[in-house]
Amino acid sequence: MVKRVVSVTNWGRSGLADWLIQRVSGVVIGLYVLCLTGYFLTQGDVDFYQWHTFMTCLPMQIFTLLMLLSVAAHAWIGLWTITTDYIKPIGIRIGSQLVLALLTFIYFIWAIFVLWGV
Amino acid sequence: MKDSPSVLRKQGPRNIDLLSILSYYLPLPGIVSILHRISGVIVFLLLPLLLWILQASLSSPESFGSLQHCLQHPFTKFLLWAILSALFFHLVAGIRHLLMDAGIGETIPSAQIAAKITLLISIALIVGAGVWIW
Repeated sequence: MVKRVVSVTNWGRSGLADWLIQRVSGVVIGLYVLCLTGYFLTQGDVDFYQWHTFMTCLPMQIFTLLMLLSVAAHAWIGLWTITTDYIKPIGIRIGSQLVLALLTFIYFIWAIFVLWGV
Repeated sequence: MKDSPSVLRKQGPRNIDLLSILSYYLPLPGIVSILHRISGVIVFLLLPLLLWILQASLSSPESFGSLQHCLQHPFTKFLLWAILSALFFHLVAGIRHLLMDAGIGETIPSAQIAAKITLLISIALIVGAGVWIW
């Protein structure tokens, strides 16, 4: 009988889900980067009020939140893949994955505070 | 034929040390692939810089002004250029991955071309980012 191994540390709990989430989140982040790059290239030198108005309008707030969620998932799946590939001893692997997960969480909370604090 | 798996197992996977990896030939698509991983890690590690810039740019007109002043410094310029370079390369190499998911660039000749195009576009973007920053 084949023993079914259920992974417990990856983001989507299945390789296929991770694969899809990694691509969808990547597309979201890519569109966000293109959006901001386009903004800076077309607007030239912006002052505080133009920038603040742009970033706090509702569509950008939603887009930024979607991007932040995507970054958290995308970073976690990528870092999980890399640590699982290269770090063999289980203790060091789980330990480093915990540190990276905590760092991802701190980034996310920090970004949420920036987004809602203004 | 029957005992070929055991023969394979005897020769099977073996551990090599990190330095001897360098003696192996890594084709161009492989170089792009490992750079995709490295650039992803660099973006992750430099994310606090982007978050700090976001925070300073949105908090108040005063913090926006001091951020502008801070971004004049060559070291912050270099850091910003480093994260934008890693981000742009990661983005272009990511698009290459999506194309490969669609079955484009999976043969050896087309994978070579795709890797070259990835490098050329990202070098252009990295130079462009440098021009924009300096």
